[in-house]
Amino acid sequence: MATLDSKIPAGPVAEKWTNYKAHQKLVNPANKRRLDVIVVGTGLAGASAAASLGEMGFRVFNFCIQDSPRRAHSIAAQGGINAAKNYQNDGDSVYRLFYDTVKGGDYRAREANVYRLAEVSNSIIDQCVAQGVPFAREYGGMLANRSFGGAQVSRTFYAKGQTGQQLLLGAYSALSCQVNAGTVKLYTRYEMMDLVIVDGRARGIIARNLVTGKLERFAAHAVVIATGGYGNAYFLSTNAMGCNCSAAMQCYRKGAYFANPAYVQIHPTCIPVHGDKQSKLTLMSESLRNDGRIWVPKKKEDALKLQKGEIQGSDIPEEDRDYYLERRYPAFGNLVPRDVASRAAKERCDAGMGVNNTGLAVFLDFSESINRLGIDIVLQRYGNLFDMYEEITDVNPGELAKEINGVKYYHPMMIYPAIHYTMGGIWVDYELQTTVKGLFAIGECNFSDHGANRLGASALMQGLADGYFVLPYTIQNYLADQITVPRFSTELPEFAEAEKNVQDLINRLMNIKGKKSVDSIHKELGHVMWEYVGMGRTEEGLKIGLQKLKEIRKDFENNLFIPGTTEGVNIELEKALRLNDFITMGELIAYDALNRNESCGGHFREEYQTEEGEAKRDDENFFYVACWEYQGSDDKAPVLYKEPLVYEAIKVQTRNYKS
Amino acid sequence: MDKNISFKLRYWRQNGPKDKGHFDEREMKDIPGDTSFLEMLDILNEELVSEGKEPFVFDHDCREGICGMCSLYINGTPHGKTERGATTCQLYMRKFKDGDTITVEPWRSAGFPVIKDCMVDRTAFDKIIQAGGYVTARTGQPQDANAILIPKQDADEAMDCASCIGCGACVAACKNGSAMLFVSSKVSQLALLPQGRPEAARRAKAMVAKMDELGFGNCTNTRACEAVCPKCESIANIARLNREFIAAKLND
Ligand SMILES: Cc1cc2nc3c(=O)[nH]c(=O)nc-3n(C[C@H](O)[C@H](O)[C@H](O)COP(=O)(O)OP(=O)(O)OC[C@H]3O[C@@H](n4cnc5c(N)ncnc54)[C@H](O)[C@@H]3O)c2cc1C
Ligand code: SF4
Ligand code: FES
Repeated sequence: MATLDSKIPAGPVAEKWTNYKAHQKLVNPANKRRLDVIVVGTGLAGASAAASLGEMGFRVFNFCIQDSPRRAHSIAAQGGINAAKNYQNDGDSVYRLFYDTVKGGDYRAREANVYRLAEVSNSIIDQCVAQGVPFAREYGGMLANRSFGGAQVSRTFYAKGQTGQQLLLGAYSALSCQVNAGTVKLYTRYEMMDLVIVDGRARGIIARNLVTGKLERFAAHAVVIATGGYGNAYFLSTNAMGCNCSAAMQCYRKGAYFANPAYVQIHPTCIPVHGDKQSKLTLMSESLRNDGRIWVPKKKEDALKLQKGEIQGSDIPEEDRDYYLERRYPAFGNLVPRDVASRAAKERCDAGMGVNNTGLAVFLDFSESINRLGIDIVLQRYGNLFDMYEEITDVNPGELAKEINGVKYYHPMMIYPAIHYTMGGIWVDYELQTTVKGLFAIGECNFSDHGANRLGASALMQGLADGYFVLPYTIQNYLADQITVPRFSTELPEFAEAEKNVQDLINRLMNIKGKKSVDSIHKELGHVMWEYVGMGRTEEGLKIGLQKLKEIRKDFENNLFIPGTTEGVNIELEKALRLNDFITMGELIAYDALNRNESCGGHFREEYQTEEGEAKRDDENFFYVACWEYQGSDDKAPVLYKEPLVYEAIKVQTRNYKS
Repeated sequence: MDKNISFKLRYWRQNGPKDKGHFDEREMKDIPGDTSFLEMLDILNEELVSEGKEPFVFDHDCREGICGMCSLYINGTPHGKTERGATTCQLYMRKFKDGDTITVEPWRSAGFPVIKDCMVDRTAFDKIIQAGGYVTARTGQPQDANAILIPKQDADEAMDCASCIGCGACVAACKNGSAMLFVSSKVSQLALLPQGRPEAARRAKAMVAKMDELGFGNCTNTRACEAVCPKCESIANIARLNREFIAAKLND
C-alpha cells in the first residue's frame, strides 16, 4: 500500500501556507527549462496551471479532448466565484470563507487545504481583473457581488450569467500568451488513455489523437491531471456531453487512491427531465434562489390537478402555497446549501406534492420579487436565465399569468434536482500530489476542498486557486529533486507496454460486435446509479445497485457494438472507452456509499436521519477521508484506507441552517 | 404540450478534407417538439448504429449555448433560424413543421477544413488569439482588483464583446469567409478596458495579420455575420477594430 501522508505543514492553520512557501524547495530558472510537465485538461484548473507553469519557464504539454482549450466544461459555469474580499463590508473575512466552506462541506474536508483556498481567493479576483475579465461592476466602478447558498455574506463575483466562461477565457488568454511564447505546446482533440509509470514515478501518458485515431506517447518529469468530475456516470447530469472520468480511472488503476467517491452533489435547480430521449440536463443558476421562492401546493388535490395538467401554478393563491424551505429553515430560507435544498424537494415530491406530469418537479417563483422590485430589475438580474428557460420549455417566468385578489402572479419555473458536481476525486496531499509520485491532480478531479458538499461559486475558486496559486508552488518542491533527471525517451519498455495495453483494450471493444449501442448501455448505467446510488441511499439499495452494476459490466463486455474502424474519427469508440470507466466509477461510488454508514453533505443514507428528516452524521466512526485502492482488476472490490481528519481551528458541530 | 412531427432529414457526409462529400437522407418519424435539434440527431445516430452503420459526426459538448462547439448549417443558416441569438444546441424541434425537409451541412469556409461529416477544424481561431488576443498579465501578485475603477457602462460593454463563444458562425455566414466579427469582439473587449489599453495597438495589428495569413477573407460590410451570431455581437465592434487598426498603423 502507498503511504497516506497528507503533508500538512506545522503551525496554526492561518500560518501553514506562508510557512510552507517559506520553506519549500524552488527550481532555478536555468533548470526550469530542462523540466517538462504534462498537464491534461484545459478547464479552469488545467489552463491556469499550464499557463502559470509555462510562464515560470517549465516546458509544458497541455492536452484536451475538445477542438480548443476554450471549450472545456468550465465554460458552462454560470453563477459566480467566491472570494473573501469583504468589498461589501458585511463582515466577510478569510476565516469566515474558510469556516463557511468547512461547514458547508459538513465537516468532511481537510482544514488546512480549505484555509489555503480561502487565503488565496482574493488573489484570484485580482489576477482575473488584471487579465481583463469583465466582472460585473457597480455604478461607482467597483466590483459588484451577489450572495449564494450557504453564506450570510455577499462574496460572489460574477460576469452576467457567464462567470465560468469569462474566467475560462481569462485563463485561456494567459495560456494562449504562453503558447505564443513557445513555453506551452497544445494538443487539442487528444484524449489521455493511460498513465505511464517508470520506476514508481509518473513519467508520461499515452494519448489518442481523436482525429487520426492513432495512439501517441508523451514523456515528462511530472504529470498533472485536471480532467474534471465524474458526474456523467449517472448519464443524465448538468455536465457537458464530453465530461468523463477516464483519466482519473486510469490513474486509479495505476495506483492513485480515489477519495470519497460517494460525495456527489445534486443541484436543486435544474430543469426537470422531460422524456427518455434526453441526453443531458440543464442547470438553472443557483443565483435564482436569491430572488426566487421555492414552493409546492399545500393541498394534495392541487398537486394532483397540476400533475394532470388541469391547472397551472399561477392558479394557486398565496395561502395555498407551501414555501417549504422558508418554513423548515427560517434563517437561510431559499438559500440553504444545495444538498439540503435538493433533499427537501425530493421529500415533497415523494409526499406526492410534485407539480409536473411526472410528479418530479417543484416551483421556483418570481412573483414576489417582481412585485417588490419591478420587472426591469428582475430582468436585469436574470433576463438571460429566463430566456434560456423559455427556449427550452416554452414558458416565460417573467410573464404575468393572472391576478388573484389584486395580487399579480407570474408563471413559475419548474425545477428538480440533478447530478451536478462531484466532491470526491483522486486523493491528493497538501501539495496536490497523489499517492503516485510525480502525479498531481487539480480542480474538480481531485477530492481536496469541499468535503461532503460544495458550496455554490466555490468550484471555480478551487480550480483557479489550484492552477494559479497552489500547484505552481508545490510542484516545484517535487521537481527540485528532478533537475538531474534527463528527459525520458518514449522508447522505454514502460511506454511500449502501456501503449500495447490500450491497443488491446481498443481491439477487444471493437471486436465484441454485439447488438447494443454505447448510449443504450450508458442509459441503463445512469438509471441504476440514480435509482440505487442517487439522492437517497440505503444499504439494501446499494447492494442491489452493486449487483446490477456487475450485470451492466457483463452486458457491456458481451453485447457492445461499435461501428467503423479504429482509424480516423470514431465517436462511438470514444464513448465506449469512457463508458468502460464510468462503470468502474459507478461501482466505486456504490462501495463508498455502502461503507459510509452516516449521512453527510451530498451523501444521504436513509437509515441515518433525524426524526425531522435531517442528515445524521456520525463523527465518532466516520470522521475520515475514505481512500480506495485498486486491486488489479475491475472485478475485484477496492480496499479502503482511512485518512483521519484533524480539526484544530474549527469546532465540529451539527450543521444548522434553521436559526 | 408540443406535438410530434415527422420530416425528411438531409445530412452531409464527408470522409475527411479531401473527400467530395454527399448528402444522406432519412425520414424522421414522430419526433417530439420538445426534443432539441441535437437530441434529434442523437435519435438519428441510435438508428444508424442499430443498423450497423457509422453515426453522423458533428461537434457538440455543453448543449447550453456556451461552449461554442456545436456548429451546424441548418437550412442555409448557421445554427438554423431561431428567434433570438441561439446556438444549434438551443434550437428545438417545435420550431419546425410536420412534413418539412431539414438540410444539415457543415460550416463551409476555407478557414475551417472539414474533419468528418459536419465536424470542422477551427484551430485557426486559437491561432488568432495566440497572436495577441490577451493582456500580458503575469501570475502572481497583481494590485487589488478595486484599484482599477471601471465605469459600469464600460464593463457592461466589454462583457457584451467578451460573450463571443468562438463558434465561427460569422465566418460560415460570410460570403468572403471573413473572421472580422470574431476578431473585433476580442479586440473590442480588451480595448474597452483600461487593463487592455497598453497593448491595444499591437494586439489589433497582430490579430488582423494572423487572420489574413490563415486565409480568412476581407470584410465588405454585408452584415451577414451579425445576423447569425448567437451571442448578438455587433458589427460596431468591426468599426472599433478598424479604428484601432488604423491608429496602430499610423503610429508605425
Ligand atoms: C452547468 C454548470 C454550472 C456550474 N456553475 C458553477 C458556478 O457558478 N460556480 C462554481 O464555482 N462552479 C460551478 N460549476 C462547477 C465548475 O464549473 C466545475 O467544477 C469546474 O469548472 C471544473 O473545472 P476543471 O478545470 O476541474 O475541469 P473541466 O472544466 O471539466 O475541464 C476538464 C478538462 O479536461 C479535459 N479532459 C477530460 N478528460 C480528458 C482526457 N482523458 N484526455 C485529455 N483531456 C481530458 C477536457 O478536455 C477539459 O479540458 C458548474 C458546473 C456546471 C456543470
Ligand atoms: S462573433 Fe458570434 S458568430 Fe462569430 S464566433 Fe463569436 S459568437 Fe460565433
Ligand atoms: S454544444 Fe456548446 S454551444 Fe452548443
